[in-house]
Amino acid sequence: MALLSIFKRHPTFDHGIYPVEHKDLTADKPIRRLPFAPELVIPLAQHRGAPAVPLVKVGQEVVRGEPIARAEGFMSVPMHAPATGVISAIALAPTADGPKTPAIVLKVYHAASQEVLYDLERDLGAMTPEEIVAAVQDAGLVGLGGAAFPSHVKMKPPAGKVIETVVVNGCECEPYLTCDHRIMLEQSEALIRGITLVLKATGAKRAIIGVEDNKLDAVAHLRAVLPKDLPITAEAVETKYPQGAEKMLIKSLLRKEVPIGGLPADIGVAVYNVGTLAQMGDLLPKGRGLIERVVTVSGPAVANPGNFMVPIGTPLRFLLGQVGLAADRVGEVILGGPMMGMAVASLDVPVTKAVSGVVALEREDPDLARRKVYPCIKCGECLKACPISLNPSMLGELALARQYEQMAGEFNLNQCFECGCCAYVCPSNIPLTQYFRIAKSINRDQHK
Amino acid sequence: MCRNNAAGTGMSTTLVSSPHGSRPNRVDRVMQEVLLALVPGVLAMIWFFGWGVLVNIALAVAVAVAAEAAVMRVRRRPIRPAIGDYSAVVTAVLFAISVPPTLPWWMTLLGMVFAIVLVKQLYGGIGYNPFNPAMAGYVFLLVSYPVAMTTWLAPGMLAEHSLSLMESLRLIFAGALPSGIEWDAISAATPLDAMRGKLDQGLAIQEIRLSPLWGDFGGRGWEWIANWFLLGGVYLLWRRIITWHIPVSMLSALAVAAGVFWLIDPTTHPFPAFHLFSGAAILGAFFIATDPVSACTTRKGQLLFGASIGILVFVIRTWGGYPDAVAFAVLLMNIAAPTIDHYTQPRVFGHTRDGVNR
Repeated sequence: MALLSIFKRHPTFDHGIYPVEHKDLTADKPIRRLPFAPELVIPLAQHRGAPAVPLVKVGQEVVRGEPIARAEGFMSVPMHAPATGVISAIALAPTADGPKTPAIVLKVYHAASQEVLYDLERDLGAMTPEEIVAAVQDAGLVGLGGAAFPSHVKMKPPAGKVIETVVVNGCECEPYLTCDHRIMLEQSEALIRGITLVLKATGAKRAIIGVEDNKLDAVAHLRAVLPKDLPITAEAVETKYPQGAEKMLIKSLLRKEVPIGGLPADIGVAVYNVGTLAQMGDLLPKGRGLIERVVTVSGPAVANPGNFMVPIGTPLRFLLGQVGLAADRVGEVILGGPMMGMAVASLDVPVTKAVSGVVALEREDPDLARRKVYPCIKCGECLKACPISLNPSMLGELALARQYEQMAGEFNLNQCFECGCCAYVCPSNIPLTQYFRIAKSINRDQHK
Repeated sequence: MCRNNAAGTGMSTTLVSSPHGSRPNRVDRVMQEVLLALVPGVLAMIWFFGWGVLVNIALAVAVAVAAEAAVMRVRRRPIRPAIGDYSAVVTAVLFAISVPPTLPWWMTLLGMVFAIVLVKQLYGGIGYNPFNPAMAGYVFLLVSYPVAMTTWLAPGMLAEHSLSLMESLRLIFAGALPSGIEWDAISAATPLDAMRGKLDQGLAIQEIRLSPLWGDFGGRGWEWIANWFLLGGVYLLWRRIITWHIPVSMLSALAVAAGVFWLIDPTTHPFPAFHLFSGAAILGAFFIATDPVSACTTRKGQLLFGASIGILVFVIRTWGGYPDAVAFAVLLMNIAAPTIDHYTQPRVFGHTRDGVNR
């Protein structure tokens, strides 16, 4: 059997890349709590859709867990106070995206308790699907894998679409990140409760937890604790980037492709991150809101990397101070993983609901240095890497020639989800992903 | 990329668009690996054909680098990165091992200047040349000076006299043969030339192969050079510098085409291994047709590109006017590469021909 397993590969998708994982830095570090930062900054737009609307005034006292902003319509979620304290300002604050956005600033009381004081116990068994959807929105839940798409929206597929399968994403294909790994090991009970809730709300017949095969301990653990009477299975998939992209994971597990320009719902699938469902399973019975999340803080410029339960709104400066950031050596601080994450311009940027990791690279990191750009030599490495079989080489040439319309029309630019595989493998160091981002944004502006 | 002083801390962070990192395979490293992979084949050539091979390489590299630097200066572009990518060196070495080891120095100079200045730089330099510069330079000389370009030395063990380093230098730079030595004493037809000539005289393959010129399946010496280039090619595959698509499709198409005709008439058509291990087939398959810039980019396109070269090589060798054909076949397919790419775009994820999702 052991010999045969060499030939038996776990299911996967075509193309993709194998970046160095760097997960050993934090994979065996249990989730820990940190003290509160003296001040928390909670942006009102942390999710896709309409920003939340503040419910509090400057000078008002709030307790940990209390709603401080309400959802603006269906495509929006509320915010909750991550700590007990007083609202010190509602003002513009820096975000990773660049421009400053409105945020609620919360001055945390000295020695505030980590205990959540704002509960609203619920009987899950008696809830109808509609009530679950409403409760998920009330909890302020969004996709914690990085997309920050409001979770309750995915529970209501467009008219005429039926969700048959729920895919639970435990791939965590980004280098350095291990928060989902720890969640699967430490919070499996809440995770299973969350999956059950989604199955009930969507009416799906089954759920599959997809986990990359560098986390077989998580697969084994989940299989051991999954109740036999539930239609939930855990499957290993190949460790390959970007396995955690929902289209890729669906292909690996179900051998189905999401049609071009379509959504997973078009083929009867809804995809949720394990972190999102673990929070859902934890928050809904108690009627609480999302006020903290698991974040992997790692990278060569961090002395004590680990996985931490971080209150939403914690400034990076405080978080990195807790883990021993080597300020003289740090070259780049990335929100999320290095493949798709965003480098921050300021350490005043807070942790938001979408931040799964904070990675600090060193200035001398070979990945940052020596970025001499050569012309495209048409080697085709990017074609071999692109998980959705675009032609990045051709798209790059067209971008240089400013043929943005042709990129979108003839070469499917809009299908690109900016995974970064093409730029990663390019021997000429051409910043292809950046070209494509610019091209898409120019096209968007043109069509306004 | 921009350096940024993160608000008030004096800590400077870097802002780069994702992905933050890349595989360490830069163009210069690719070219260095290609040069390394050429070493065994080149050593074998020096072993069989003497110092002239080395003199040609040194001369061609010097001319190519100087020409590249001169053009960059005229174009007012930075010189160091252009030379530092080693692409001119690779072109020079490929050119130098394709031409006869006794080629007069000024022909090498002419060929290299043509290759670097006209074929490569006038189109925009590395990445933009539609034709393989080394092969274009070679063909330019072949059609201009057919005699000099087809006068090959005999492999060491067949020659009455082997040229020393000084004798090679004098022959290349002054055109002077050592005293008392005639061309006949040092030269011999290449296996492909001999095969063509004898077949045209109406001899059968079985009679032709009685000559001491022949080894086990190709020409004596030549087949060993091909073996060592094959080793270099396998190295490139192992190091993932090239993919299998072009070499495998080119060599198998050549073998299949040769095999069909050999099965039909073995007295007038040499067996497939002769085609593979004579001339520049192996060198061309792994080192020349795989030049990424002038080849196809899509995987399907590369298969078609390689197979077409293989068939063209057989056609030109068998019915064309020149004994070897790799350079012509590669250049012809260079012309077709963009068109092939256009018609072999990969199927985009989520797309099907009939618009229905699988």
